[in-house]
Amino acid sequence: MAEGVKPRVKVPKTASAGEAVTIKTLISHQMESGQRKDGDGNVIPRSIINRFVVDFNGQNVIDVTLEPAISTNPYFEFEAIVPESGEFTFTWYDDDGSVYEDKQTVDVS
Amino acid sequence: MRKTIAISSGAMALCLLVTPALAEPDEDQLVINGDLEMITEADAPDHLEYISTIYSGWRFRTDDTQAFQMDDFDNPAMLTVDKAADAYSTVEGDAGESCASCHGDVESFAGLGATMPKVDEETGKLVVMEDLINECRTERMQADAWTWSGQDMQGMVAHIGLQSRGMPVNVAIDGPAEPFWQQGKDMYYTRFGQLELSCANCHEDNYGNMIRADHLSQGQTNGFPVYRLKQAKLISRHNRFRGCIRDTRAETFAEGSDEFRALELYVQSRGNGLSVETPAVRQ
Repeated sequence: MAEGVKPRVKVPKTASAGEAVTIKTLISHQMESGQRKDGDGNVIPRSIINRFVVDFNGQNVIDVTLEPAISTNPYFEFEAIVPESGEFTFTWYDDDGSVYEDKQTVDVS
Repeated sequence: MRKTIAISSGAMALCLLVTPALAEPDEDQLVINGDLEMITEADAPDHLEYISTIYSGWRFRTDDTQAFQMDDFDNPAMLTVDKAADAYSTVEGDAGESCASCHGDVESFAGLGATMPKVDEETGKLVVMEDLINECRTERMQADAWTWSGQDMQGMVAHIGLQSRGMPVNVAIDGPAEPFWQQGKDMYYTRFGQLELSCANCHEDNYGNMIRADHLSQGQTNGFPVYRLKQAKLISRHNRFRGCIRDTRAETFAEGSDEFRALELYVQSRGNGLSVETPAVRQ
């Protein structure tokens, strides 16, 4: 069970139509690879975020598969074109079945 | 003859190429989150005899490292500060209290970070932020003390210091603080270790120059605790003092020793006038 998981996103509040806005996301997560051993020699079980999805008004923007080699606190920064006002939804899927969500609205003037 | 001229002009060209590189702090302006303007250059406080302008360490870092500190979302220290914000309102210890039970909102600490360390009026001792936090934990909360450079402790120091971000550093060096300040000043100008280096040899005589791969700053502490990329965590002032003295090949003082408290007061007073940058990001 992952502890201390907290998603963070940064999206501009306003944009002009058709503008490519920069979106930054970070989720605090230990991203345990499953390769390491504890002090007694037992394998520490894998526990990572394995998928990250961003949608805008129901339309998919990115859909990322994450692998165990990705380090602690995975950070994604990307650009998205916003044609109209609407809402970004951010979803992270954890190995333990947990799903973490965040939403941000953008006003297009 | 001709050959000599060619060689000497070649040597001159080389000098011109080499000397100006990184000899000074850069001219960049530190603005955090696009609206918080920071003072990274100021007239030196009156007590400084050999320096006329003081610069934040931020001005000596590369553009990439500087960028980390210009947006709180990109500042890796904020993850630890967020954890400290949770700890601030978490009840711990036998007394059933949290920081918030007495102090209320953390914003009540605005300004404190700019004036630490200071002399405790009752005991007459010089106290730093770590002392205040551990005193609250052991006396009022009846919880275990935190270790000096642990991430719990430094996260909380940064969380409280963050409330003063942008305010000018203004520590008192007169009155009851004077003997501690003098002790710190004596340490600053004392050569330590097999290499026989004082703080001043690097951070006063040679700031702006390269010491092997490192661009020497003035050693200002206005951004501490800082997130050091090298160690990937928050670093306390005393940890940094320890590292510097160790690098002179000396036996160092301990974190939380009275010597380092005095040095902390003196070094902080050298930055009187710069903005508090806590938590800063450095190389």
